Amino acid sequence: MSIPLSWYLVLSAALFSIGLFGVLARKNAVAILLGIELMLNAVNINLVAFWRYGSTASLAGQVFAIIVFAVAAAEVAVGLALIISVYRRRTTVIADELDLLKW
Amino acid sequence: MTPDQFIFLLCAALIIASAIMVVTSKNLVHSALWLVATLFGVAILYALLQAAFLALVQVVVYIGAIAILFIFAVMLTRRELRDKGPQLNQNWGLSAVMAVFTFGGLFYILSSWSGFSAKAVEIPVGTDPLRMLGYALVSPDAYVLPFEVASILLLAALVGAVYIATASKK
Amino acid sequence: MTFWNDPINFLAEWLRGVFMGWGMAASPANAVTDIIGIVVMILFSMGIAILLVWVERKVVARFQDRLGPNRIGPYGLFQPFADIVKLIIKEDITPDGADKLVFNMAPVISLASVILIWAVVPLASKIYGVDLNVAVLYLVAVGSFGTLSVIMAGWASNNKYALIGAFRMVATMISYEIPMVVALLIPTIIAGTMSVKGITQAQSGIWFVILSPLGLLLFLICAIAELGRSPFDLNEAESEIVAGFHIEYTGMKFGLFYAGELLHAFTFGGFMAVFFFGGYGGFFGLEKLSAFTWLSNPFIQLVVFLIKALIGYWVIMWVKYSMPRIRIDHMLLFNWKFLTPLAFVLLMMTALVDKLLAPTNFYVLGMFLSNVLFAWIVIEILRAYSKRERSVTVEPAEPVAQAAHH
Repeated sequence: MSIPLSWYLVLSAALFSIGLFGVLARKNAVAILLGIELMLNAVNINLVAFWRYGSTASLAGQVFAIIVFAVAAAEVAVGLALIISVYRRRTTVIADELDLLKW
Repeated sequence: MTPDQFIFLLCAALIIASAIMVVTSKNLVHSALWLVATLFGVAILYALLQAAFLALVQVVVYIGAIAILFIFAVMLTRRELRDKGPQLNQNWGLSAVMAVFTFGGLFYILSSWSGFSAKAVEIPVGTDPLRMLGYALVSPDAYVLPFEVASILLLAALVGAVYIATASKK
Repeated sequence: MTFWNDPINFLAEWLRGVFMGWGMAASPANAVTDIIGIVVMILFSMGIAILLVWVERKVVARFQDRLGPNRIGPYGLFQPFADIVKLIIKEDITPDGADKLVFNMAPVISLASVILIWAVVPLASKIYGVDLNVAVLYLVAVGSFGTLSVIMAGWASNNKYALIGAFRMVATMISYEIPMVVALLIPTIIAGTMSVKGITQAQSGIWFVILSPLGLLLFLICAIAELGRSPFDLNEAESEIVAGFHIEYTGMKFGLFYAGELLHAFTFGGFMAVFFFGGYGGFFGLEKLSAFTWLSNPFIQLVVFLIKALIGYWVIMWVKYSMPRIRIDHMLLFNWKFLTPLAFVLLMMTALVDKLLAPTNFYVLGMFLSNVLFAWIVIEILRAYSKRERSVTVEPAEPVAQAAHH
């Protein structure tokens, strides 16, 4: 009860930025997905912090966070299925080498 | 320094350190395991925010399923057995600058907001956030529609992932 | 509040008084008392683990018509200590290409995930760690930590057999989590709360095993699969892949895995008792009579809980030592094609009957009969299915002599 809201928001902004760095700077496609997971977690921290420090009677923050859980799980499942399928054809998951559609 | 603040600072240190290790570790399985540490820190944070149900769902869904899925995917997509060598592509300097600017921008925008340093109000005694969450998820004038749509989304993802990942039989 | 009525609070107050008498402020005194309470709970659970080593070996011996350890101490009671000394003095080998940090953390996380469960185990109405209002979900969440430790151990050992064993074990564990969550939802729906203390108190009139025997059966099967014990122990099938994911672990690290597995089995036996057999209470209203008020004493409740947990553990051991192993693809097929649909239909049926019959007098009878009806329908479906499978006849092969004649 003695933690100001600003601490949670700064932490979530920092986690989001680290996730952004992970997405932009990594070669391996699975590592890029790891960065996306970090960003989704940062968003979730934000949502739940706003629920707690706003009005705890309206549960929009928590419900939104639960929907983000579901969306993140669905996206990771499909994303990793795609990566495994790509690996079967091209034997590589380095993002730069998946360039068949480039002209 | 109250106990709450102490726990928060420890937890924040764990989250940030693990997140940095996730994006900079050379070994991908280590990255996935550092992700587990980050997710566990986020679960502790939810418990601090008195959203106990969310903390446990975070552990079950993220650590118990998503992180294990990542570890399996890393093990199934390695060309050689030891993946040493640089894992950052050639734009990593620009990406670092962009990440720092994003953080700075977010911090600047948030700090000029009046509610930035709000303190928490006590949850009124007698209300049970868990029961209210249950009602909110299934009551027609609350959030039953997003809840049902999310379940259809999960069904679509399940079918899609199984179909894509099944090796075609030649 | 005397010691006999309320032991934990009494000791906590006394300790706090001692610390504040030494000059500590209130808040650090509370924190230190809490930490001492946590350590005492961990030591209690590890003490039970030591006892379980002896129980396991004696019981398996009796199932196999032999005596078991009976040399060290009366009836072999000090055998666990001999085992511990043996494990400590063994050489601690780390395989060559193993990932040292992950290799060493895996047994720690495995044992930690079991001890974490003991924070919510209700030993008596006044002896428990914490009364979480989401304790049922906590049980599932901590189980997923165990899954993580298995895959860490399998990968870090740098050994193909360890990896195969770990993959199989993780596939089993995450598959069987789903019917287990549904089986745990059944007492939650009947009791109306996710707190284990609330579920125990809701059984003071009637045990949930009478209201939902299929729920108990479902929970038992999923618990045995989660534990990785026979008949679901493809992981440590000695005749197939030596010792599965803990091949490369020697000495006390293996001891941590082993103690963790036994304690996990006992904890699941304890939760079977809590969810279906009344936990520390469940005396059918007997303790309200004036002659039986001593049944509400925390120590009597502790003994009752431990007896029920040991009976649950004995049932798990009974299944382990009587049944052959099931193949991995049969295991997963059984889960996805049979247990998961059954669990969901059972949950819906339980919720429906519970809501319809709750205000009437036929509640207990209605729930029990609905379970019996459901079991009968499932058996009829299985019978029709197996009859259809048996009716597919294969053409008998022509005898070789006759074919050569032509």
